[in-house]
Amino acid sequence: MMLTEKKQILSKGFDTYLIVIYVLLVIIGWFTIYSSSYDANDSFSLFNTDKAYSRQFIWILVSMALAVVLLLIDGRIYQNYAQYIYYACVLLIVSVLFFGTEISGAKAWIKIGSFSIQPIEFAKFATALMLAKFFCEGKTTSEKKNIWLFSFIIILVPAAIAILQKDTGSALVFFSFIILFYREGMNENVVLFGASLILVFVLTICLNELYTIAIITVGFIVAWIINRNQKKKIIRNILVYVLLIGFVFAVNFAYNSILQSHQRQRIDTILGQSIDPKGADFNLNQSKIAIGSGGFFGKGYLNGTQTKLNFVPEQSTDFIFCGIGEEWGFVGSLVIIALFMALIIRIIILSERHRNVFTRIYGYGVASIIFFHLLINIGMTIGLVPVIGIPLPYISYGGSSILGFTILLFVFIKLNDA
Amino acid sequence: MSSLYQQRKNVIILVMIVFMAVYIIRLFYLQVIDDSYKDDAMRNALREVIVHPPRGLIYDRNDSLLVFNEAAYDLMVVPKELHDFDTVDLCNTLDITKEELLKRLDKARKYSPLLPSVFEQQMSKEDYGYLQEKLYKFPGFFVQNRTLRSYPSAIAAHILGYVGEINDAQLKKDSYYQMGDYIGISGIEKSYEEELRGVKGRRMVLVDVHSRVQGSYKNGEEDIVARQGSNLWCTIDAQLQKYGEKLMANKRGSIVAIEPSTGEILCIVSTPSYDPNLLVGKQRSKNYTALLHDSVNVPLFNRALKAIYPPGSTFKLANGLIAQQEKVLNRNTIYNCGGGYRIGSHVIGCHHSGPTDLIAAVRSSCNTYFCRAFYNTVSNCRTIQEGYQIWKNHINQLGFGQCFNTDLPYESKGIIPSVEYFNRKYNGSWNGNTIVSMGIGQGEVCSTPLQMANLLAIIANRGYYYKPHVVKAIGSKNNPNRRYAQKIDAGINSEYFEPIIEGMKLAITSGTARAAAIEGIEMVGKTGTAQNPHGNDHSVFACFGPADNPQIAVFVLVENAGWGGTVAAPIASLIVEYYINREIKRTEVEKRILELSIK
Repeated sequence: MMLTEKKQILSKGFDTYLIVIYVLLVIIGWFTIYSSSYDANDSFSLFNTDKAYSRQFIWILVSMALAVVLLLIDGRIYQNYAQYIYYACVLLIVSVLFFGTEISGAKAWIKIGSFSIQPIEFAKFATALMLAKFFCEGKTTSEKKNIWLFSFIIILVPAAIAILQKDTGSALVFFSFIILFYREGMNENVVLFGASLILVFVLTICLNELYTIAIITVGFIVAWIINRNQKKKIIRNILVYVLLIGFVFAVNFAYNSILQSHQRQRIDTILGQSIDPKGADFNLNQSKIAIGSGGFFGKGYLNGTQTKLNFVPEQSTDFIFCGIGEEWGFVGSLVIIALFMALIIRIIILSERHRNVFTRIYGYGVASIIFFHLLINIGMTIGLVPVIGIPLPYISYGGSSILGFTILLFVFIKLNDA
Repeated sequence: MSSLYQQRKNVIILVMIVFMAVYIIRLFYLQVIDDSYKDDAMRNALREVIVHPPRGLIYDRNDSLLVFNEAAYDLMVVPKELHDFDTVDLCNTLDITKEELLKRLDKARKYSPLLPSVFEQQMSKEDYGYLQEKLYKFPGFFVQNRTLRSYPSAIAAHILGYVGEINDAQLKKDSYYQMGDYIGISGIEKSYEEELRGVKGRRMVLVDVHSRVQGSYKNGEEDIVARQGSNLWCTIDAQLQKYGEKLMANKRGSIVAIEPSTGEILCIVSTPSYDPNLLVGKQRSKNYTALLHDSVNVPLFNRALKAIYPPGSTFKLANGLIAQQEKVLNRNTIYNCGGGYRIGSHVIGCHHSGPTDLIAAVRSSCNTYFCRAFYNTVSNCRTIQEGYQIWKNHINQLGFGQCFNTDLPYESKGIIPSVEYFNRKYNGSWNGNTIVSMGIGQGEVCSTPLQMANLLAIIANRGYYYKPHVVKAIGSKNNPNRRYAQKIDAGINSEYFEPIIEGMKLAITSGTARAAAIEGIEMVGKTGTAQNPHGNDHSVFACFGPADNPQIAVFVLVENAGWGGTVAAPIASLIVEYYINREIKRTEVEKRILELSIK
């Protein structure tokens, strides 16, 4: 609370709600990380960099300092230099491909001393800035036809690099900007098309490509019979049909040739396709056991057994929600979701209210990214979405993650103040 | 346009809320409605580890260690927690066949799918180290520390007994035990099982996904600390025991030495014996089977307690006491020995002759005298049945024909026939002469070496005894074992012992037992020769010393060694000499005994 008061003094116009929620999430995150690495036999030390919780504490201090700096810097530079920030970030993540360190299968890290930086976390912020600038200016200058094509390119570049880094989770995050695109006027049909792509994806893996093609074909014939009087859309429909069939083959190819075997297993598991129940299913089961054993009020702080004993994989990073679910129960889970939803909805409301288009679009970008992380991260721990390794913003262990999300949010707070 | 965007904003927020609502419903289901995850979590993370306390140590009466514990490791298995594992790897690691592995798993499953059972017993430190590295590959298996008994000087095997895995019958009887637990099977290990075993502890430990122990649960709040079993102090004198075993090497028979003033057994030897270290560890069952099937030496058979022999001439002492107590004779009563006791045409021979009083009869072990004394004792009433019953009551009071039921397991009662037995045998028509050979320790009467040693203790005490026992103190040396502290009256007035003791002194100095004389110690002894229908007679000797302050009463029986004076007497006197002087001056006697081998 001290910190929030301090920030209020720094500028009266900054949105207090956002700052309060941010501080709450960061504190909850630190305590959860402390709990998941808690060992009654160890002495407590905040500045022993061997301990995850003390490393995180240092990152939190750095982040908060950075937040104050961000609030002091002139907000106009973001709009002016958006493209340079974006290009710099793209260069950075490309360089990781050559100079990076591989950690748990993904070559996405740069090692500096005992700390590792994951530049892709900053690329999310840079892409949001770039999109805001592009939409903001593109709407007035460029031809409207190409705007969607270019905006897709803006998100595809970092996404493609992330895939090359074998960091599929982060690559998917860039597609969360679809929410932003929708808000900025993208055709609903395109969004629907995206949704049908997901459906086709699931069908292709669950059944097989031939069945999926058959289902798509039947669907289109039925749709054609129903709407046979509306002849003018026939060419577009055939195009969509061909695209979907092509997508079936693309998914099939990607699934069998591009995805890592553990990723394949994870997808299989989530779609109920798992043949090996002890393999990929295991992590998900452990995660569900941890959360499920929490009950209504949880086992109490530091009393979790599942998260402390490595039953849950990556318990302080991607699966940190397990620790909250186990120790704080349903009540704790509800509080976390409520805090995030309050944060996201507050950002959306502030964006809509704002006069500056750049700020509005950037705000939507921030909301999209945070929501996508929330959706995937919690969804995977409770078995509703595939296990994709992305952190829970502000809570998961990881310096790059908390720095990246702090920058993302505080730039918005600063822009919103302008 | 603006209203479209307004609408889209609402759509976005609505869709987000719908997603999160689905999550919250799912969380509510997982955390509040479905209870199965809570059980899973317990099974996942908590394991009850039984902490086996080390058994109590066993010391001799002079604090030298007889039995201690060595670390060993048991591989345990919880069948319910088994996942597929590399059976070939495990088989190779433990050096067992796949059939054996499946058999053991089947056995464990039958015992309990949820409780741990022993899969591989008593691994050495080296094997354990090797397995430990691979243990993560075999979920459902874990290692439990155990202790094994170890015997630094490998003596007193029979009396210390041994521990072994509990059998099904014992398992059903006592819920304290679990399959694979160890229990005292014989000797002190058995009679003091409850003291020695201690109290099992329990540790609730958290195990991680690879079954590796991560620490205690709730800081050990629900743990129960194992309490080590109480240490025991034996009455055995380890050095004396060792010496006794040395003397009895290459001979069959036993030595029982008792401290008369307490009933404490100072040494108890039964040969052939075995090394108690054989009945420990992985080789236990193999060695046990070998010992059990050794029908020539019968090493597991404790002759001191279980073998029954006709007591021979040493039994005359008891009859002399009873005859005095029943007033059929006194120390001055003289019977004339005509070289034997005549019953019709049958004569029980005697190697000496002439008028004999009680002292002289004891000194020269006169058969005639004690036959008459016994005849007169049992014929002192209206019927033989009444007279015999009186004698039998006396002999029972002197410790014959019954077990002492102390901490010595598996005693034999010996044989003192009942009135009914003789009625049946002789169709009711029998008299003192029919059974007169019992007067000289032959015929139907049989006793164990322990009972004979106890008789000597009664004589040394002049009329009472404490039940012979082997445990002196429990828990601490200052906490004496009071179970056998009750003084038992032998039913003979103390003055009747004097002529007997007098005769026994003379036997040493000028009678049948001169081989037992020790310079500086006034010995009191009696030879005997136990008739053996199967071969050479057994050599028997009973003695105590010093005469006026008896510290040790000894009974020695050496099978097939002939007359009591030649083998048993020197052995018994060496035991007394060693116990009292802690050194042997009669080295030539000792040498002869050590070199003597009787098969």
